[in-house]
Order: sequence, then structure tokens, then C-alpha cells
Amino acid sequence: MSEVLGASKGRELAASGLEDRRHGGGRQAVADAWVIAWKDILDFTRDRMRLISFVIMPIFMMVMTGYIFPNQNSLQNMPLAVVNQDQGPLSRMIVDALNKMTLPAGGGQARQGMAALGEAGPGKTASRSRSGNPVFRIQPAGSLAEAKELIKSGQANGAVFIPRDFTRQVGQGKQPHLVVVTDQANLQISSMLSSVLDQFLGAMATQVGAQKVAPLLAARETAPGPRASAGASGDGGSAGAVPGEGLLQMMAGAMQQAYGGLGAGGLQRARATVQPFVVRIEGIVPGPPNYFQFMAPGIMAMVVVMAVMMGLAGAISREREIGTLDGILIAPINRLSIIIGKTISQSLRGLVQGAVVLILAILLFHVKVYGSIAWVAGLLLLGIFSFVGLGILISAFATEQETAMTILMTLQFPMMFLSGAFFPVQQMPTFMQGLSKLVPLTYAIDGLRKVIILGAGWSAIQTEVLVLTGFGLAMLLVAIPAFNRVITR
Amino acid sequence: MMGREPQDDVIVVDDLVREFGDFTAVDHMSFRVHEGEVFGLLGPNGAGKSTTIRMLCTLLRPTGGHARIAGYDVVRQASQVRQHIGLVAEKLILYDRLTARENLRLFGKLNHLPEQVIDERADYWLDRLQMTRWQDHLAGTFSTGMKQRINIARALLNMPRVLFLDEPTLGLDPQTTRSIREFIMELHKQGMTIILTTHMMAEAEMLCDRVGIVDHGKMVALDTPGGLKRLVSDNGRLVLELEISNLSESMVRDLQALPEVASIDHESATSLRLHAQPGEGGSTEVLSRVIAAIHADGGRILRLSTVEPTLEDVFLKLTGRAMRDEASEKVAPRRGHWRRAATRVR
Repeated sequence: MSEVLGASKGRELAASGLEDRRHGGGRQAVADAWVIAWKDILDFTRDRMRLISFVIMPIFMMVMTGYIFPNQNSLQNMPLAVVNQDQGPLSRMIVDALNKMTLPAGGGQARQGMAALGEAGPGKTASRSRSGNPVFRIQPAGSLAEAKELIKSGQANGAVFIPRDFTRQVGQGKQPHLVVVTDQANLQISSMLSSVLDQFLGAMATQVGAQKVAPLLAARETAPGPRASAGASGDGGSAGAVPGEGLLQMMAGAMQQAYGGLGAGGLQRARATVQPFVVRIEGIVPGPPNYFQFMAPGIMAMVVVMAVMMGLAGAISREREIGTLDGILIAPINRLSIIIGKTISQSLRGLVQGAVVLILAILLFHVKVYGSIAWVAGLLLLGIFSFVGLGILISAFATEQETAMTILMTLQFPMMFLSGAFFPVQQMPTFMQGLSKLVPLTYAIDGLRKVIILGAGWSAIQTEVLVLTGFGLAMLLVAIPAFNRVITR
Repeated sequence: MMGREPQDDVIVVDDLVREFGDFTAVDHMSFRVHEGEVFGLLGPNGAGKSTTIRMLCTLLRPTGGHARIAGYDVVRQASQVRQHIGLVAEKLILYDRLTARENLRLFGKLNHLPEQVIDERADYWLDRLQMTRWQDHLAGTFSTGMKQRINIARALLNMPRVLFLDEPTLGLDPQTTRSIREFIMELHKQGMTIILTTHMMAEAEMLCDRVGIVDHGKMVALDTPGGLKRLVSDNGRLVLELEISNLSESMVRDLQALPEVASIDHESATSLRLHAQPGEGGSTEVLSRVIAAIHADGGRILRLSTVEPTLEDVFLKLTGRAMRDEASEKVAPRRGHWRRAATRVR
């Protein structure tokens, strides 16, 4: 037996292996890369704990970011101090309307993000149905000071102050002030509160204006009923869109009670006089904006890119630390095969994690992909590609896995926030916006958002694709020679 | 092929230098290893043995000098060198989450061996190393000895011309140590060239055709084990070990009085070690005088043996008795500690 497998035969085979290499270098390098990738994947699937956390991590990420941010459900039963020193019919009506203000109840719509309510959403979503939970829990207060105390002690999230003679001054055209007090210690809630109150009170102001104009336009016969699609920009002091038509209807009813019978048509003309045109806000794709729709691409790109970078740098440093890298390095294979092999295995893992995020987003959070899944995968791969160089660079210089992980953690945090995964880059100060342009993840997320939210194709994302490719190539051009150099020192 | 060395020098090391910062790990080392030889590298921790091996395995770039393996330069023709070498390093080159056979298959493929050849050889080595019944178990579940056997099988898959064994029996139980030593002897018989580092002198004596003693990055001695031992015994001194059941003070005094006896060390209550310088009559004369003296005092000899110098004696004589903390692998001298520590870790 030992003669059969003697040293001379081995040498012949080794020599023939050498010939193979000379003839099919490129093909051999790819084959070697697959061998390494196969090994990594096999190794990976053998660790049950790692597999479990591999799936759970994106779930956590998604659920956490999905549920910690305020959404419409936070806008329920908010304690609101109301100081009504007027006691006229108009102020009573305002308080009454605040009391009755509700949110649409139930499933899908309640999950629609705060964007739908707080920011300029299409007018139909907010405060439409009367069957939901009340938005405010009114806490009557005697004075402005008392209302402020209530806010300080946490018994109210905000206050509305209606001054003495409010109704009369409105009637006399004196433009009285109505004060909204917000809680500066609770930014999110106070900004939501002020925007809701602003819209609501602004709409009421418009309505009152229409009522006042109506008598001037009177003496005409009746016209068709109110337009179905309402929603308008504010005028004068009130900014933001008007809440839904239902509310207007309700208020119109109240106004008619207060001011006596005016025809619906007269009211309509009066409204057109006060508010000469109506702004309708429309998205690029149908439907209201969905907060998760915005979050999902960011989280997906971040999870995937971070997982791949961690995996790549961690795997190489780990193999170096435990010594198995030597075994690969003394095999007669191209160094590039090692990098490619590791990248293949990590990218596959990354794509699977990306798919987990996307499936969760679709199933749990009703995210809809408007563009092609192929572009989603393509952009994720490009995102990975743009970071491969960095991962290799880190692994080349970090001799221990722990060092590599520390470096990555350091990079992860600024990247997470600069890339706009959680907060839109456009909201950042100019300086930070500049910095965010240096992070390739920004482009991956931008591209993914365009594809997922807006259904964009090649023409809309070519900048992102080119930038990511450029980043990737530049990083690799630095990383590969460094890797070769450092790995054998 | 160009620049091919004569057939019998499969390794040619010429003035090899490796510096880590301002610490010289390998300091102008030169030696040759013949084809089919088992060549031992001995030296204290941090002497430069492993660094030398890593340079020969193309895993570390020399700072200066040259080395050739099977006629190929380890720097310029690294990929040809890799065709001809197998490495059993200090750290196991084995994936815990792959089975024994998957490990072998992986490294076989990385060496571009056809699958059939890999399986054939894996079968052979697994059988030879008595690991066949464990071949489908994850390597992570193995004992150190089992892992090392798979590790050796892995290094042999490409039938290397030169096999590097860096402390292959470190931390193994006596049974596995013995079987691995026997295995090395068998490979030697088949004509494989083996470079072996070890701290076990007995191992080097048993296995090596020639032994190089390395200290402070330099080769301080290079000879056959016998030749090296003569280095410490050439002065003709005779060392006797005696065990006497009724050893007494007077007996020791009488032995001391003999003209040939230089010194006596007490080993225990009943045994002693005697250093003598044989005179005209040679060592036979010394032996009979010693025995006569003990008998005269009524001593009963339980055991008497002459002590041959061991490689350990050679080693200690050449490298001194001081411990090598300072030059050890991961602790570098004070200045520039940070950088060096980083570059030396592997």
C-alpha cells in the first residue's frame, strides 16, 4: 500500500497540478474560491446557535426599529390641558371638537407611520372616522399658569388656551390669539401634538373665515354638495394640510348651528373665496407614505453590509488567529481566490439576511416593493461589493478577531447614522450631509429606497450604482495589495 | 529547470535574516538539508526555529538572504515551493466544524488534487493513523491527539517532498507521541525529507539524522546527534551513577580520595553521581578502583551505570541555562514593545 502511494507518485501528481495551473489560471482561481466558499458555508451551517442568531438578528432589528419610533398609536388619549376663559359658542365648539377628535381605528391603517399624520400626508387619513379612540383626554384648567403646571408635572402633554372674549373678538374681526403650549422636554410628542393642533385649529380658522365670508356671497340659489376630495393648504398663520373631509363636515354642521342656516353651496363658494385653491398632496406611488417603507431599505442595507463586513474581517482574522489560514496560504492557490471565496460565502449569507429583513417587512409591516426584486438584490450586492475592500483591509491589519471587531464597531455607529438608515440625510446639517456622502452605505440605501418605495429602475439609480462600483473598486485596489503584503509580511 | 540545486540538497538556506522591528529573530542563518533526511531544529523558546520554518513555508518574507526548497526560491517562486511542502505548524490547521474527511477533502482540493486521488490518499492516511472510524465525526469533537493525527494526514495529502513538523508531539499523551514518532520514522524510510522542531531531546535523538541547535537566531551547532554529544564528552570525562543500599559518609570520603575522582554529587540517600578523569588505565581502571573502594567499606552496590551525555547536555551547554523570557515569541524587549508584539503574533 505504502508503495502504491509512494512519494514519487505524489510528486508526479503535484507536477501535473502545476501544469493545470499554468494553463487555466483564471478558471482555477475561481474554482479555488468556490472551495473556500463551500468550506465557509459548511462551517457556518454546522453551528446551530450561530444560525439561530443569524435569523433572529434581522428580526430584532426590524421589530425594534419598527416599534420604538412613534406612530399613530402613540397619538391616543394624550392628556391635553384646556383653558377656556371665553365660554362663547365658538370656543365651546372648539373644545367639543377637540374632545371628539378621533383616529381611525384598527389594523393596517393604524400602522401607517407618523408621516401620514404629522407631516404633509394626503388629507384623507387623519381624523376621519368617529369610531376610533379619542386623540385627546381633556383636562380642564382655570388659567394658563395652571395649565403649564399640569404640563410640568406630567399630567398633560400640552395645553390649549382660549382667551376671554374669543368668540366676540372673532365676530368683530379682531383676530384674537389662541395659544398652544407644548412640552419642550418631550420633543417627539410635542412636535406631533403641535402639528395636530396646528392642522386642526388652522382648519377651524379657515372654516370660520368661510362662514364669515358666506353672508357676503349670499343671495344665490343652492348648488351641488361639497366636493368629495377635500384637503387644503393652510392660510395665514396655519401651516400644513387640513385634516380630513369628515372633520370639515362636522365643523360645517357646528358652524351652521352657530350662525344659522346657510346653504351648503353658499358655504362652498365662501370656502373658495377664503381659500382660492386647494393643494392635494400626491405620492409617486399610490397610497399613503409608510414609515416602514422608508425604514426597511435602510435596515436591510445596513444589516447586510455590516454582516458581510463583520463576517469577512472576522473570518479572516479568526482563521489567522487559530492558525488555519496558514493551511490555506501554503496551498498553491492564488491569494485572490481566498478573498473571492470569503466574499462569496459572506455575500450569500448577507443576501439571505437581507431576504429575511425584506420578507419580515412585507409580512409584518406591510411594506410593498414597487421596483424589481432583481434590482434590490443587485443593489445589496453592490453595497456589499463597496465594503469588501474595507473588510479585507481591516482583516489584514487586525491580527486578532477581537481587534477586527472593535474596529468594525467603531465604524458601524457613524455609518449607521450617517447613511440615513434611520433618519433622512436631508434632515442633517450641511456638514453632516457632506460626511454622509463619503459613506458608501448612503448610496446603497438611497438606491434601495428608490427601487423599493418609488419603483425606480436603472435610469433613476445609475448614479448610486456607479458610485458604489467606484467605491468598491477603489477600496479593492488598496486592499488587495495590502492584504498580500501583510498576510506574508 | 533553472537554478536547480544538486539532487541531495532539497533545502538550501543561505544567510537568511528576519527582523521584527529592531529585534532579529533569525540572524544570518545558513544550512542545507539533504533529500530524505530527518533534520532536527532545536533551540530555546524564541530562538528563531518557528520563524525559520515559516520563512521556508513561504508564510513569512525574509528580511535578507535566500532560501530554496526543491530548487525553488521561497520568495520569488513561492507558488512552486508550495507544491512541494507540507506543514504541521504549532497551531492545528484543521476546521473544527468539518469532519475529518471533509477537512482532508478541502485541503486536497486546495492542492488541486483530483477527487479520486484525495479519497485514495485520505483512506490510506486515515487507516495508517488509525482514524478511519472517526472520519465522519466533526474534528472539533476530537481529542488533541486525534486532531494532530488528522492534521498530519492533511499535511501529507499532497505527498510533499519536504514535510515541516513544528513540535508535532507537543501536548500529546505518551501513546500518541510514540505512534507519531513511529509514523515519522516510517515516512523517513519512504524517503521523505522532514524538518522537525522539538523540545524533547529524546525525540530529536531518536528521529533525527542531523540536528541543528539554534539560539538567538543563529545556528550554534549542526551535526549528527552522536557528533553533538561528543562536543560535551570529548574531554574524556567519565560519569558514573551508583546506587548503594548502605551508603555512608566514610564511603563517600574514601571514593573522593581516589586520584581519578574529580567530584561527587549526592543524588539521594542511597545514590550518587561520580565524575572521574580516567588516568593511564582508562575507564576500566576507574571502574574497578571504584568498585574495590566500595567493597572495602562493605558497601552493597545495587546499581552502577556509566552516564552518556545526552542532547540535553549539549543543548544546555550550548545555549546556557538562563530562561528565555526576553526573547520568547510574544514578549519582546521593552522598547517598541507595542509594534513588535503586534507583528509577531500570528
